[in-house]
Amino acid sequence: MEHAAAAAAAAQHAVESGSKVQDLAWAILVLPLVMAFGTAVFTPRDRMLSAAMNIGGVVVAFLLSFTLFCVFGGQSVDATPFHWLPVAGLDARIGLHLDALSTLMLLVVTGVASLVMIYSTGYMHDDRSYSRFFSTLSLFVFSMLGIVLADNLLMLFVFWELVGVSSYLLIGFWYEKPSAGDASKKAFLTNRIGDFGFMLGILVVWSLAGTLDIAALKEKLVANPALLGPWAGLAGLLIFMGAMGKSAQFPLHVWLPDAMEGPTPVSALIHAATMVAAGVYMLCRVFFLYTAAPGWPAVLGVLDVVSAASIITCIGGFTALFAAVIAVQQDDIKRILAYSTLSQLGLMVMAVGLGAKTGDASASMYHLVTHAGFKAMLFLGAGSVIHACHHEQDIWKMGGLRTRMPRTFWTFLIGTAALAGLPPLSGFYSKDEILAVALEANPIFFGVGVLVTVLTTFYMSRLLLVAFLGKPRGEGADHAHESPSSMTVPLLVLAIPSVMVAWLPIGGFLAHHFQPGHAAHGGDILFGPFNHNPIAAFFGLGAAIFGFSLAYSLYGNGPAADPLSPRLGLLAQAMRHRFYIDDIYDGLVVPLHNLLSQVADTIDRWLIAGLAVRGLAGVVEIAGRALRLVQTGSIQTYAFLLTASVLLIVLLALK
Amino acid sequence: MIPGLHHYLIVSALLFSLGLLGVVARRNLFVVYMGLELMLNAANLALVAFSRFHNNLNGQVMVFFIITVAAAEVAVGLALLVALYRKRQTADVEDLTTLKL
Repeated sequence: MEHAAAAAAAAQHAVESGSKVQDLAWAILVLPLVMAFGTAVFTPRDRMLSAAMNIGGVVVAFLLSFTLFCVFGGQSVDATPFHWLPVAGLDARIGLHLDALSTLMLLVVTGVASLVMIYSTGYMHDDRSYSRFFSTLSLFVFSMLGIVLADNLLMLFVFWELVGVSSYLLIGFWYEKPSAGDASKKAFLTNRIGDFGFMLGILVVWSLAGTLDIAALKEKLVANPALLGPWAGLAGLLIFMGAMGKSAQFPLHVWLPDAMEGPTPVSALIHAATMVAAGVYMLCRVFFLYTAAPGWPAVLGVLDVVSAASIITCIGGFTALFAAVIAVQQDDIKRILAYSTLSQLGLMVMAVGLGAKTGDASASMYHLVTHAGFKAMLFLGAGSVIHACHHEQDIWKMGGLRTRMPRTFWTFLIGTAALAGLPPLSGFYSKDEILAVALEANPIFFGVGVLVTVLTTFYMSRLLLVAFLGKPRGEGADHAHESPSSMTVPLLVLAIPSVMVAWLPIGGFLAHHFQPGHAAHGGDILFGPFNHNPIAAFFGLGAAIFGFSLAYSLYGNGPAADPLSPRLGLLAQAMRHRFYIDDIYDGLVVPLHNLLSQVADTIDRWLIAGLAVRGLAGVVEIAGRALRLVQTGSIQTYAFLLTASVLLIVLLALK
Repeated sequence: MIPGLHHYLIVSALLFSLGLLGVVARRNLFVVYMGLELMLNAANLALVAFSRFHNNLNGQVMVFFIITVAAAEVAVGLALLVALYRKRQTADVEDLTTLKL
């Protein structure tokens, strides 16, 4: 809190001195924190004021972000840094960096956060802890903006952890529910595993490069690609571990589906649009680490044939496919979307790995931005459905919602189409970039991408057909009616970017960041993919159409139960049980961990606390007790002992 | 027989031992006090004897000091003893063990 307050003071100072436009970034960063703090301290009982303050803070942050975006575009500038801990050899500072990546992310984070907060006024209307919700949400936005703006790895790590904490607080928002408490702990602990690797990675980079500043690090690595020598691969992989935790990549993916225990707006903001994207964003920020000369320490010689980037590609591709397959047999509307998020994050991570060959990770960032828009919309749509159906989340108890909730249905349809990758919606263009990169770099991953697209379209069509079409299968769905406009308006607003992206040169804008020589695509973005990389575009479109027709043939006639499950038999069982990964963790990792903890506990209890601490204390005490017997209190004993001792000394001296 | 230095020292040692015995073994504080005086005077005797046989006056000067300090000590010590007796109605060392934890 102290350093945040100090940062606030520094920001205040910077803004007052009014020296540079980019110092507005301080205001963007600090506003949500001030609002979160103010709500928690001053207005915990005033629901209206709390909501207004926090929404106001984030909306103003959005407007400021937009201003900065317009002023600087893709330019790379630094705001006046605040020197937090200048010690010899390390200048730990809070520095804000603006470039194409961070300004775009600022827009995404503050934009989605504003809409989610407005939506929450409707969704959380009956909740007792209304103010706490908004306060924590603002705290999250502050932490996330810190990651986006960080110009050095240390600050990035600090805010990385803050995001973990606020995510923990929000997943466990309904802490009375044991499942929510468990899910929040699971998310936090799983993230900590990744963060541990991340911290080690930062230490490796610091010890070899001597700087944590991202720009300086990049300069050094460009000047000397072999700077990290044999540690390059390990540093890259360790830092990637952080991304594995936050972006929920296999095998640390288990927390994300459980995180759906949180309120739906939280799922939309944190577990679809922003926090989970932080991993991918961070990989893009330190992308130069993966394009530098690869190398491994001698112990890991077996890894010589691969680079860190190719391992990242494999993990990403596997996660994408794995999660998409699981999503096919999920029945909970939020879980389907959660696995879909996992799968799309896998695609982004895969694109980062593949991009390392060409030195261009723009496809990944592009998909991140578009995905943030339509996935937040899908989650908010799901929230609207859940709200209307009296907290029913099973899609097999819904149905017929198209006529009952037209606004939700249409926005959900747009989101689904965007996610499936139908032109002219946003998902088509960003996914096409990924497919194009994959086709160029490695046909196997192109295949993975196409397969994921088929599966994505399939499970999203299944969700749409079962939940919105046909006849109501449950009480809740029968009595459902459209949500209030505080919820539907944000949905409609979120649909705009999904539709508009075809006319915005975001892909070229990002590519220009990674490769300054790259010219932004001209005016032919709408049909661009068909001209630039027709194979990828047609395969992507074909996959989507194939997936939809497959889903339509199975679910088009409004079945009462999933007709696919009996056909897949055991496989369906495995898919429903998420391929038993959680059970494997429960059966293997948890006992192993418990065993380790018990060993540690025994060592602590008996060796450290017992022998070292209590043992020493015991020896001293026993000695003290023995010596106390001498203290009789009688002067005569003392006199006798004194004389005897003197005599003894004299005798010894005379000898 | 002319008494030599060792005669004086033997007497002094005997006196000292008697005094010590009084200090260590007797239970009445006044007697303990007398024992102390005895020990001081044993030391005085030894010093005076050394002074006489070595033709050095330093020892006698020392003895004057000891007599003076002993007088002061008796004055203070007896006053303390009387005060203690008035308070506790006893002069037995066995009863005075409040220093013990």
